[in-house]
Amino acid sequence: MNSAGSAFTNLSWVDLIFLGEAAIRTLQISIVSIFFGTVIGIILGWMLAAGNVFVRIAVSSILDVFRSVPLIIQLILFDSFVSIAGYPMPAFWSGTIVLSVYCAALVAMVARAGIEAVSPNLRRAARSLGMGYWQDLRYIVWPVGLRAVFPSWIGVALSVLKDSALVSAIGYLELMRASQILTTKTQESFKIMLLIGLFYFLMSYPISKAGEFVEKKWQS
Amino acid sequence: MIEVKQLHKKYGELHVLKGIDLSVKKGEVVCVIGASGSGKSTLLYCINGLETIQKGEVLIDGISVHDKNTDLNKLRQNVGMVFQQWNSFPHLTALENVALSPRVVKKMSKIEAQEIAKKQLIHVGLEDKLNVYPSALSGGQQQRLAIARALAMEPSYMLFDEVTSALDPELVGEVLDTLRLLAKDGMTMICVTHEMSFARDVADRVAYFHEGLMEEIGPPEQIFGDNPKSEKTKKFLANVK
Repeated sequence: MNSAGSAFTNLSWVDLIFLGEAAIRTLQISIVSIFFGTVIGIILGWMLAAGNVFVRIAVSSILDVFRSVPLIIQLILFDSFVSIAGYPMPAFWSGTIVLSVYCAALVAMVARAGIEAVSPNLRRAARSLGMGYWQDLRYIVWPVGLRAVFPSWIGVALSVLKDSALVSAIGYLELMRASQILTTKTQESFKIMLLIGLFYFLMSYPISKAGEFVEKKWQS
Repeated sequence: MIEVKQLHKKYGELHVLKGIDLSVKKGEVVCVIGASGSGKSTLLYCINGLETIQKGEVLIDGISVHDKNTDLNKLRQNVGMVFQQWNSFPHLTALENVALSPRVVKKMSKIEAQEIAKKQLIHVGLEDKLNVYPSALSGGQQQRLAIARALAMEPSYMLFDEVTSALDPELVGEVLDTLRLLAKDGMTMICVTHEMSFARDVADRVAYFHEGLMEEIGPPEQIFGDNPKSEKTKKFLANVK
């Protein structure tokens, strides 16, 4: 590739710091979204597993919508909607809300699978010992189910981290957005893409390694 | 005392128990025998309220199990149950398996609960397996673990639902020995079982269930002797012998 013309600057250390700061913002929005998405998702998953027919149909049809509409469309629609409604919010928060809901929709399926992975006989045994419904959930279903679906949850967390790139579409200055700005400035799109690919990898890899470590610990 | 009065249980159209009357006194061991599907396991589930009933009544020390005002969690602390599948809690060690419910249900301190757990595990002969996870135990050991777990709640009554049916033949003996030990200690027990010689040895009374009805109940000598009162009992026993 030829070096850039005089109208553009070369990639510099300042640009690298700019990318680093954006990466931190990617982490921030991902962690906050994964946290809220997981909490809400577990509650929804429990409703799917334990609710009556009406609750199950209501929850699963709402989740179907969030899982089926592309995330980028959800982001733009929500961001525009709150602006039109007269309550514009910072891109961080509208992005966080949409990502959280998206994450919750994925976690709900994982949580339901986790609850259903615990055999009814095991739960009966717990109840026969005098445990109440919530004690059974807390001391039996939670730890046993968590072990069963923890790898799937790690998968969801990683995909939310990567999908947070789409929040760039509503103007939040995270890694993807930063790379677009730098590309415009320096015209070195190939290098920059390689670089942010590396950034995403550096953020994802520790998560999946940590996941493997926890799994190993549980297996012993 | 456990009193079962005119108990009816249906699963949809299937009429599983068709009016059972049975009372079990303190210290008594009653074995329930009969073909699969005769309703004997269902009876146990109805006694500790794991299943609802359609008609009749179950009283445990005078408390009606199926009265909606009855605190079932409290009542079940007094009625231990062991299942055909041992249902060990896979994420906990043997000691933790047994200590869990004293700790969370009876709100004992961790140390207190572990003391009781240790005592019960020694009682069933698992003193060298305290810190082992269930996946490293044999079926017989897991079943004894389940017995210790139920005993840790210090129940007055124990229900055993075909506790040796899922075991390999060579492991049946150790579990039956544990049950014999309990019977000798004076535990009030209802054992649903296919082990006829065990029933003959241990039971004060044996009940034969046939198609949802209690066909006959009496001392082992009557049931296993030459002349049980019911022809159906005689036929069943002739087939299993």
